[in-house]
Amino acid sequence: MTTKTTSGATETPKQRGAKIIKEHIVEVVSDSGEGAQKCGQTFGSVSGKMSNGVWTVEIIPAEIQPPARSPAGASGIRIRLASKRVTNMGDEADLVVAFNEQVLFSRVANGAYKKGTIVLLENKWSEDPQESIRQQYAAAVKEFAEHGLVVHEVPMEVECLKLVKDARKGKNMFVLGMLCHIYSRDLDKALAEIAATFARKGDKVIKANHDLFQSGYDYAASHIDYHWEIPAEQGDLGPTLVTNGNTAVGLGVMAAGMDLVSMYPITPATSATHYIADIFHEAGGFIHQAEDEIAAVAYAVGASFAGKTACTITSGPGMALKTEVLGLAVMAEIPLVVVDVQRGGPSTGLPTKVEQGDLLSTLYGMPGDAPKIIIAPATIEECFHFVILARKLAEAFRGPVFVLTDANLATGVQPWTRPVLSEDWLAAPIDQGAWDRNVPAYDWNETTGLSQRPIPGQRGGEYVLTGLSHTNRSKVAYDSDTNQTTCEHRSRKLAALAQTLNPPEIHGDEQGDLLVVGWGSTKGAIEEAVDLLRENGHRVSSIHPRFISPMEPGMQEIFSRFKKVMTVEINYSDKLGDPLITEETRRYAQLAGLLRAKTLVDVDCWSVVYGHPMQPGLIYSELEQRLRA
Amino acid sequence: MFGLKADWSLEVFERYFTMGDYAGGEARWCPGCGDFAVLNTVHRVLHDAQLPPEKTVAVSGIGCSSRLPHYMGTYGFHGLHGRALPFANGVKSRRPDLDVWVATGDGDCFSIGAGHWIHAIRYNVDMVVLVFDNAIYGLTKKQTSPTSPTGLSTNTHPKGAPLPAMNPLTTTLGITNVSFVAQCVDWNPPHLYETIKKAHKHRGTSFVRIIQRCPVFSPDFCKPLQEDSSRMLLLTHEKGIPADDSVRRIFGEQREHDPGNWIEAMSIARDERKIPIGLLYHDPDAPVYDDLSSRGLEATNAEKIAAVNRAFDAFAI
Ligand SMILES: Cc1ncc(C[n+]2csc(CCOP(=O)(O)OP(=O)(O)O)c2C)c(N)n1
Ligand code: SF4
Ligand SMILES: [Mg+2]
Repeated sequence: MTTKTTSGATETPKQRGAKIIKEHIVEVVSDSGEGAQKCGQTFGSVSGKMSNGVWTVEIIPAEIQPPARSPAGASGIRIRLASKRVTNMGDEADLVVAFNEQVLFSRVANGAYKKGTIVLLENKWSEDPQESIRQQYAAAVKEFAEHGLVVHEVPMEVECLKLVKDARKGKNMFVLGMLCHIYSRDLDKALAEIAATFARKGDKVIKANHDLFQSGYDYAASHIDYHWEIPAEQGDLGPTLVTNGNTAVGLGVMAAGMDLVSMYPITPATSATHYIADIFHEAGGFIHQAEDEIAAVAYAVGASFAGKTACTITSGPGMALKTEVLGLAVMAEIPLVVVDVQRGGPSTGLPTKVEQGDLLSTLYGMPGDAPKIIIAPATIEECFHFVILARKLAEAFRGPVFVLTDANLATGVQPWTRPVLSEDWLAAPIDQGAWDRNVPAYDWNETTGLSQRPIPGQRGGEYVLTGLSHTNRSKVAYDSDTNQTTCEHRSRKLAALAQTLNPPEIHGDEQGDLLVVGWGSTKGAIEEAVDLLRENGHRVSSIHPRFISPMEPGMQEIFSRFKKVMTVEINYSDKLGDPLITEETRRYAQLAGLLRAKTLVDVDCWSVVYGHPMQPGLIYSELEQRLRA
Repeated sequence: MFGLKADWSLEVFERYFTMGDYAGGEARWCPGCGDFAVLNTVHRVLHDAQLPPEKTVAVSGIGCSSRLPHYMGTYGFHGLHGRALPFANGVKSRRPDLDVWVATGDGDCFSIGAGHWIHAIRYNVDMVVLVFDNAIYGLTKKQTSPTSPTGLSTNTHPKGAPLPAMNPLTTTLGITNVSFVAQCVDWNPPHLYETIKKAHKHRGTSFVRIIQRCPVFSPDFCKPLQEDSSRMLLLTHEKGIPADDSVRRIFGEQREHDPGNWIEAMSIARDERKIPIGLLYHDPDAPVYDDLSSRGLEATNAEKIAAVNRAFDAFAI
């Protein structure tokens, strides 16, 4: 439903003299509960519908209920908006709308802004009855100016109060109106989006929000000089979905025809099940919220033993608890999909922040030799498709498959191609036909280690699964030969899978001065930095393997074509030159260490654990330095 | 039913199963171990019920008693120490057609798996839980267990277990949604048989604590009971565990107890002067988690794809 309104609705941006730009990064920040996120999401959706490249990411305060106007309490959203496809949240913002001055401090401290970042700041605090607030406001405006921010004080409250009694409710729509004018957004699309948002609340509420939106739009038209147009250059994207990576995982679980998600809540993984919680049964699945992570994964393994496709979704601390059961899944060869939405560690670490710190613990964090498949989606779209892939691999290779995403993919929101669903993606119904008694429960192929498994209900297939060392008939066996050969079989499954993989695609030239290797959510940022370096004449390329275990083939050969190889990762590594850090004492980033061991190439690394997604600008300056050295 | 081929499930009635069909490898417990009696009884109950072995799953943790699945001719899942209950709940979650049994020890269930014990009782998944309580860690050779009587000398407490023994009956009875609590001794086969049979018939989690002999590491736990049956109290009732004359003769001390009476069950369980034998509590109508966890099982591929497409629509632009 759209409402035709008066001023400006039929003018095109060009008539109004909008300046054409390629991209901008916009933030809206407020105290929590003021609707900044809704405002930004709507702005993002409208832009997505206009076929712009968009990446949005929420700005989450460190505390659940921070006090109002608290410097650490910034709640809001960042929207990166471009003519072309956007793959990451970018560097410093170009324009920010702030509902109070205090919340800006944490963003400034985080390096979210640069000299010249435009701040549209609610100015009601300059006339606050409390003198201390008036003083804080005045001091902050001065300080921001000293930082080089370009502050414009905007009477948002005053304007909203012309339409509503309580400006706290609705100021976000006023701001949305301002932004839509500043960035020449399609007015009809914006109004329709608002109507859809409030559809359940009825026409009166829609009208009130439309009015607030319109007044913000008009205010910007007559009072704000900034006026840009970001033309979409992607062409028609075709059917498109807009989700974050966690929702993509949840949708992937459904599209894979999984029977069960068994989980225990943990940030930042939980929201993967939030959306599907209400609808999973319609797609034939069930979500079990267990009493803890051990029970969650045990329940999933039990279901999988009984032939049903199961998945568990968690984050670092949950992975730690699940370890023993996951070892059983490796040992007894039980298919299972495990999604680890990584956060900062060790221990409880940084629950809401980004880190790629679980690679080695996933690979090695089990007693004994526990070979397993690990894949890492690099985009939100891959978060969807890799769940389906993981289910198939788990069944074909009879064991757990780990999907490592992270808080960056989990919370980043981006348009991606709506998949055309296929029956092939759904799990096949379980076989309940008779099992040939002569075929053992683990009829390992000598070469590949692969075998078919009997499912309870199959007559003749009765066996007792055990985590103890066992023969092909699943009989407990402590003799040396059995243990040696069964370890070989389990390990060889990875070699069998590796045979089917292609070497990673090279982004950039096939040879050069520097090869950057990344994995997981950093792909967009790394490639953006690499592209810019190449435009500036540097001979740099990148690869981004999706299979970490087994490793994609051909690494050593690719490395040999570059003078230097390094990884860029979001996990901890020592830096040469730091106190006591020498070639001998230095600890490498996680993938770097693996690649060094695997290829015997002197792979360097650059990794940081600031808790942020990787930013292309940071990567750019780091790589540029090394290329110059 | 449950998406299974009808011809397959009909065939069941034409087969006859012998005791041997339920038995697996040769049981290797110590001579005189109470676990043998329980294993034989489970075989008998299954045989009398004529359930197809391929539809039965015996799940266990780790311990002497948790070896039980290896001695069954059915499917089995010898899991991890303390985790038998969530494994078993998972087996049943999407396969309501399977008959699920759990064998667990006092250490397995009441110590390392204690969290799961509480929640499994609350989920009330349809399965039989047999706790082999020998008041000791058998497999790892004589360490104190939560039910070791105060003063029992063990390898971890040579001067005697320091804490009062845990009372698994009051604990289980205290958990919301508890639906079946029984206690028996491994050395009275008819009563053991009737108890396990009744537990098997109940739809819900049937918790059976079996006081079990471990002549090797905790002989003093059972011996006094065997020698003086007046230390036990046989619970009788028409809704309870059937007790024939042979049973009644052995247990001189008897009491009529209606298993529907929770308050009385709790007071019997709390009275540690007499160890109750029989059915303490039974609520056939407590909600079972299976009804929730089996949702969506009948969805066809077309329905699944339609549901995912509807989900996509919610995010389409
Ligand atoms: C995680 C873990 N911790 C410890 C053990 C060692 N362990 C095996 S069985 C057991 C105790 C068994 O006692 P109980 O459950 O009473 O069974 P019983 O042997 O007495 O039948 C222990 C501590 C283990 N297998 N796994
Ligand atoms: S140690 Fe005790 S419980 Fe274990 S098999 Fe021997 S007698 Fe039975
Ligand atoms: Mg024991």
